[in-house]
Amino acid sequence: MNAKNQTTARSNFAQTTLRAYRSMADFIQARISTLPTAAAIILFIAMLIYGEAKYGRILQYSTMSNLIINNAYLIILAVALTFVILTGGIDLSVGAVIAFCSVAGVLLAKAGWNPYLVMAIMILSGSVFGLISGVLVQFFNVQPFIATLAMMFLARGLASMMSTDPERLDNDSPIRAISTQWKLVDGPKVNDLVLTPAVVIAIVVLIVAVFVLHRTRFGRTVYAIGGSEQSATLMGLPVVRTKVMIYVISGTLSGIAALVYTSRLGIAQNITGLGWELDAIAAVVIGGTLLTGAYGYVLGSAVGALVIGLMNVLITRDGGIPPERTTIITGSILLIFVLLQRAIVRRRH
Amino acid sequence: MKTVLGTLKSWGMGLITRPYIWGLFAIVLLLLINLANDPTYLEITYSESQGKLVGNLIDILKAAAPLLMIAVGMCLVIATEGIDLSVGSAMVIAGAISMEFLHDNPNSETLGAALIAVALAIGLGALLGLVNGFLVSVVGLQPFITTLVMMLAGRGVAKVITDGQNTTADSEPFRWIANGYVFGFPAVFLIAALIVIAVGVAVRRTALGLMIESIGINPKASRLAGINARALLMTVYIASGALGAVAGIFSVGSVMTVDVSQTGKFLELDAILAVVIGGTTLAGGKFSIRGAAVGALLIATLDKTIIFLGVNAAATPAFKALVIVAIVLLQSERVRNALRRRGFFARSRSRRLGAAQ
Repeated sequence: MNAKNQTTARSNFAQTTLRAYRSMADFIQARISTLPTAAAIILFIAMLIYGEAKYGRILQYSTMSNLIINNAYLIILAVALTFVILTGGIDLSVGAVIAFCSVAGVLLAKAGWNPYLVMAIMILSGSVFGLISGVLVQFFNVQPFIATLAMMFLARGLASMMSTDPERLDNDSPIRAISTQWKLVDGPKVNDLVLTPAVVIAIVVLIVAVFVLHRTRFGRTVYAIGGSEQSATLMGLPVVRTKVMIYVISGTLSGIAALVYTSRLGIAQNITGLGWELDAIAAVVIGGTLLTGAYGYVLGSAVGALVIGLMNVLITRDGGIPPERTTIITGSILLIFVLLQRAIVRRRH
Repeated sequence: MKTVLGTLKSWGMGLITRPYIWGLFAIVLLLLINLANDPTYLEITYSESQGKLVGNLIDILKAAAPLLMIAVGMCLVIATEGIDLSVGSAMVIAGAISMEFLHDNPNSETLGAALIAVALAIGLGALLGLVNGFLVSVVGLQPFITTLVMMLAGRGVAKVITDGQNTTADSEPFRWIANGYVFGFPAVFLIAALIVIAVGVAVRRTALGLMIESIGINPKASRLAGINARALLMTVYIASGALGAVAGIFSVGSVMTVDVSQTGKFLELDAILAVVIGGTTLAGGKFSIRGAAVGALLIATLDKTIIFLGVNAAATPAFKALVIVAIVLLQSERVRNALRRRGFFARSRSRRLGAAQ
């Protein structure tokens, strides 16, 4: 009896250990896709420490506030592209859509339209571009690259037709109020912790995106489509609706990003946002999302956007790096991250 | 007579089922619009004093030359289910190295120096393609992100080569490539056409094209069939880089100045468009060099038309967007089926399909 108990206990112990080991292995296995995101966070922290050690005045209220204020639009764009890239698609139109929304918004505001109506129009015109992309992709089987390339050309061309000069918002326009600076902590000299409504918008967008992607059926469908569109369809998931929706979301977020950017600068021009789609794609990739879809985290994309923003700050602060080298540095960092992802993906298979 | 008509008819029917027929239609339509605005638009005259043909069509051909080069390279890359976003950077690197070499060279006016400049440019372009090919085929990175990195870094490299300056140079032989004439025809277009034909022959008269398509259609099956995908991928990316360099020579040659921030910028998008207009899908597989050439000619015609009509050049993209949307819609299954149901085109084909069912 006693001996039997002992064996049971021993086997229980063995089983528990084995189970613990297995669950730990499962835990790491299941989260191996977080590794690139973790790497992005580590890189961000490393860059902060390096910058503080080498140039100083990095880890302080004003620099951090400016980093977030100046890159609020990029965080929003990175969130937008995360949705699209998770399904295995791409949206090249975000930069041009920003140009269209900004120019249209500023011209309407200058023409005396109600500023709140103007803000709504800015955001909704982004949605319309997204909707057209989505319809082309879903119903006419146009590849996302080509459909959004067409929207990029369309938005850029229309923005140029409206105006090719820098259009300036009135300083007292309510649109500019989105970039009012709220001093949270009044530090010595200009070292204040500052927040703007634009930053709040970016953070809200991020939180909503995290919730939608990880806690709703829509979000799971987005991941499922990226894994295999055919399987998702066979499982009875609403693939058609979801695919159109993600382009609408991407367009809408571009409209919001346009609002945020225009409010900060107070100027809109047809060449605003040239190449920002590439910055946003880079942010998403650095943040650990695979371009093939289905793997990635929207929080990582926000970190990716901050990494790009901080890199620009460090390059400016260094002053010794010739401007022509900056794109080489951006390219190299991007390459390192892709190689890292590649190493991880290869291990998984 | 009847047989001639028959041949013509079957040739016409063959052409009409090609995806790039819409591209040809669009070119004709644009030229007609221009003709309606200016009845002398299509006139080509021979200028005795300068020994060359002069006319709007000649200008379009000249403008199409760089685009033809990158479109053909892009077509091969896309056929392997890849994409090459770095062709614009290949152009600017090629322009930068050739201008920098000729700028510093006291013998820049000699043919030898010009040839070395050309060789350097093509060599560097091919090197860029080699890096792309290595990262895609050996390391296994996605073509989109690999060539995006090279696009960003490549422009940086060009700026490093010229120290951020827009270098100018004087070299009559080099200038001739972009501005010279052979029997009245622009040399730049003749060179471009020769290269397009050479590539076409290389891929269609040998098994090369078939093997490239097989990689794009099913990489696993092509590997099992003994196709060396690695070498082929390397080849297409190197070809794309080298063709990009040729396009760079064409585009800096006409002004003998490299604009490090503008030369070749966003031209990769035009090249991709040209390929898609030509009926090659981004999903890889079947490709059409002829289609890509038609696409390149269409984009060059569109660019010239917009300038001719006096529309603000900054608005050009909007018209490109309309053309792309129209053409991809016409190529899409949904619209084709709708048209076919109404008996619009390709009746013989639908009958054949009906018989098969």
